Amino acid sequence: MCGIISVVDRAGNRMDGSKIKKALSLMDERGSGEGAGYAAYGVYPEFADCYALHVFFDNIVETKSFVDDLLKIWGTIEHDEEIPTFEGPNLKKVHTPWRYFFRPDASLMSGTPSPEEDIVTYLVMKVNTSIPGALVYSSGKNIGVFKAAGWPEDVADFYRIQDYEGYIWLAHNRYPTNTKGWWGGAHPFNLLDWSVIHNGEITSYGTNRRYIESFGYRCTMFTDTEVVAYLVDLLARKHGLDEEMAVRALAPPFWDDIDAMPRKEKEMNLAIRLAYGSAMMNGPFAIVVANSEGICGFSDRIKLRPLIAAEKGDRLYISSEEAAIRCMEPELDRVWMPRAGEPVIGRVR
Amino acid sequence: MAVGSVPLRYRITIDRDRCMECGRCVENCPYGTFRWEGDRIVVDSRNCTACHRCIAMCPRDAISLAEYPCDYRSHPLWTRDAREAIYNQARSGKIILAGMGNVQPLPPIFDSLLLDACQVTNPSIDPLREPMELRTYIGKKPSKLEFSRTPDGDVDLRTELTPNLMLETPIMIGHMSYGAISLNAQLALAKGAHGAGTFLGTGEGGMHPAIFPYQDNMIVQVASGRFGVDVDYLNRGAAIEIKIGQGAKPGIGGHLPGEKVCADVSCTRMIPMGSDAISPAPHHDIYSIEDLAQLVRSLKEATEWKKPVFVKIAAVHNVAAIAAGIARSSADAVVVDGFRGGTGAAPKVFRDHVGIPIEAAISAVDQKLRNQGVRNEISVVASGGIRNAADVTKAIALGADAVYIGTAALVAMGCRVCGNCYRGLCPWGIATQRPDLVARLDPEKEGEHVANLIHAWTMEVSELMGAAGINAIESLRGNRDRLRGYLLDEGMLKVLDVKPVGA
Repeated sequence: MCGIISVVDRAGNRMDGSKIKKALSLMDERGSGEGAGYAAYGVYPEFADCYALHVFFDNIVETKSFVDDLLKIWGTIEHDEEIPTFEGPNLKKVHTPWRYFFRPDASLMSGTPSPEEDIVTYLVMKVNTSIPGALVYSSGKNIGVFKAAGWPEDVADFYRIQDYEGYIWLAHNRYPTNTKGWWGGAHPFNLLDWSVIHNGEITSYGTNRRYIESFGYRCTMFTDTEVVAYLVDLLARKHGLDEEMAVRALAPPFWDDIDAMPRKEKEMNLAIRLAYGSAMMNGPFAIVVANSEGICGFSDRIKLRPLIAAEKGDRLYISSEEAAIRCMEPELDRVWMPRAGEPVIGRVR
Repeated sequence: MAVGSVPLRYRITIDRDRCMECGRCVENCPYGTFRWEGDRIVVDSRNCTACHRCIAMCPRDAISLAEYPCDYRSHPLWTRDAREAIYNQARSGKIILAGMGNVQPLPPIFDSLLLDACQVTNPSIDPLREPMELRTYIGKKPSKLEFSRTPDGDVDLRTELTPNLMLETPIMIGHMSYGAISLNAQLALAKGAHGAGTFLGTGEGGMHPAIFPYQDNMIVQVASGRFGVDVDYLNRGAAIEIKIGQGAKPGIGGHLPGEKVCADVSCTRMIPMGSDAISPAPHHDIYSIEDLAQLVRSLKEATEWKKPVFVKIAAVHNVAAIAAGIARSSADAVVVDGFRGGTGAAPKVFRDHVGIPIEAAISAVDQKLRNQGVRNEISVVASGGIRNAADVTKAIALGADAVYIGTAALVAMGCRVCGNCYRGLCPWGIATQRPDLVARLDPEKEGEHVANLIHAWTMEVSELMGAAGINAIESLRGNRDRLRGYLLDEGMLKVLDVKPVGA
């Protein structure tokens, strides 16, 4: 189960969160009230140059100082504050969501082509594996993830999602079946610029996790989706694959199809399967990955989970259900069902 | 002091009401268990090895075989085996030889690992209706790929791939040399590998011209004796394997007695007829990992960098660190052979007491290679005691790319695992060079049996993968989440990195 919906405005115009809240709530049957979340790109224009670190604290008195100290070692905290929340009858605050606007000191991480991003990645892994009671769940520039264990409408009301404005939105309604429902386990999952929502179960999780951990990533959120965010970071950022190549690594064509390709294409697809076989994802899934430049949706290789795409003007929608898309935009120019493993890409111009 | 003879181990009985005195048992037993006395067949059970050839050939089902009830005083420590070994050695003063694999009653870890299956939330996949991909490439893989875009938007791959072996199944057949086994047996294995779309090791015996038609399915071996090795041999193989160690006898070399070195074997091995072929434990040009790297590169140079080079080691206590060294030696694959690996001949004390289980070895090797960030760049082949498709699946889930089978392939050809391979009298025509015995094995028919076995296991692996919701073998490799340990101690669970059942 699980319901996903995402939208990108390719002209970069921002949308408030009210419609996506409504669309996600329409898919309540796909959830169990144990997790929902939203990610929006473009929500922090006033701190657009800083990394927005969202942290769940179990205890802001004792635990927070450890995070503060760690961040100060690696850069400057331009501003930090508690993320405004509004408790309702159905959603009580379990963790305290906090946001830091952080500027890493690139000179402290030498010998890497992307020192700032590597510092932030290091900090996310460091906090999540060594500071009990603190969990960094969002770490990109000018983007924010808002999630909790609850129904979509309650989580939206808890954060007042309708008050945020972004040019890309991702939203997820969770029906956990493998691991417990908890705030950290709700989607979207994020690392740096990357955010992921996912409907399904990744049966290759054991392989994917051990692959990604051999590159220094640490999986701490007890769920298969986390690994997708890290895989995308590895393939797209560190190895420099474009979206199409990254999706081809994560959900590659079958050998029979590869065998039938022209020589050059065949060799390229063979290389992808040889080099990235352990990154390939298996099991039923429909996934949307976003970064600040756009969104990319794709399903598993035999399409065991639904994925619908639609367009209206500059906006591209990808969701589990057409009804959810029509809830945001009743009049659509085009609606289609992408083939298994075929990426649907919406780039911001 | 007179030690005397030890009691017989098996008792053969002929049901005289059923026996029609056809004499097939006499003809078929090379160990001399049956003989004519006048017009009557008599039995000397002392010679029996439990090879079952007589039973299989008796047209009247008149022969029965039982383990001989022993009248030793029962003792938990001084078992029959322990006492008989002492009697034999007190008499002979020699090392005791044995064939096939370890016979210690140690529980196979594979049997304490249980596989996963999908239920409601995650549909299992039906391999009869959906694609199931077991294609496996063995060889070096790039750690990352680089692409470039041409001005017209075309994508070019800039990373060059090194040669890999392509298998349609993750099951290969390990190295059994011509000499240790008969030419008919090797030919049958080669036909079987060819039929199943996989590969077979030549062992260290060179490559007989009769095998040439199957050379594209052969992995040629370079052992310390360098028997049969020249550039033509290297170029004939699809891949080259340097043998450092063997699971059944880690730390010692091989020995083919001179009496097995007939004209054909002599030619194939490039050694004089009738001379002992001794391949010592150490390669005398390898005393460090740097030396090994040099040999790997020399072999690649000799074959114009067109062949993957494997390095085979026995599973020993420090196997993970050794494998990590091999991974950095330019080798394309490391073969790890567990302590249940079979052999033509080994000192019994080695076969039964040296080395570690393949399950633990593979797990440790896979983890070490990952810790060092090189797992993806080298293939890992597991061997030594793979008995069925479940073992194959579990070995891959623990971290192997593919497996080698040995004894299982011989069993498919008739072997009854009697463990007397070192005597050169194999009644099934497998571990022998005696022409009349060799002629008993039909390469066509047995090749088909071997191919059938690999095909059947491959289908079973597909079903197991489908049940776990996995449709490509890449997603099974190292996927320890799909395993649970049952009745394994905490230490072993930790080594295997597998959760206990219920977790």
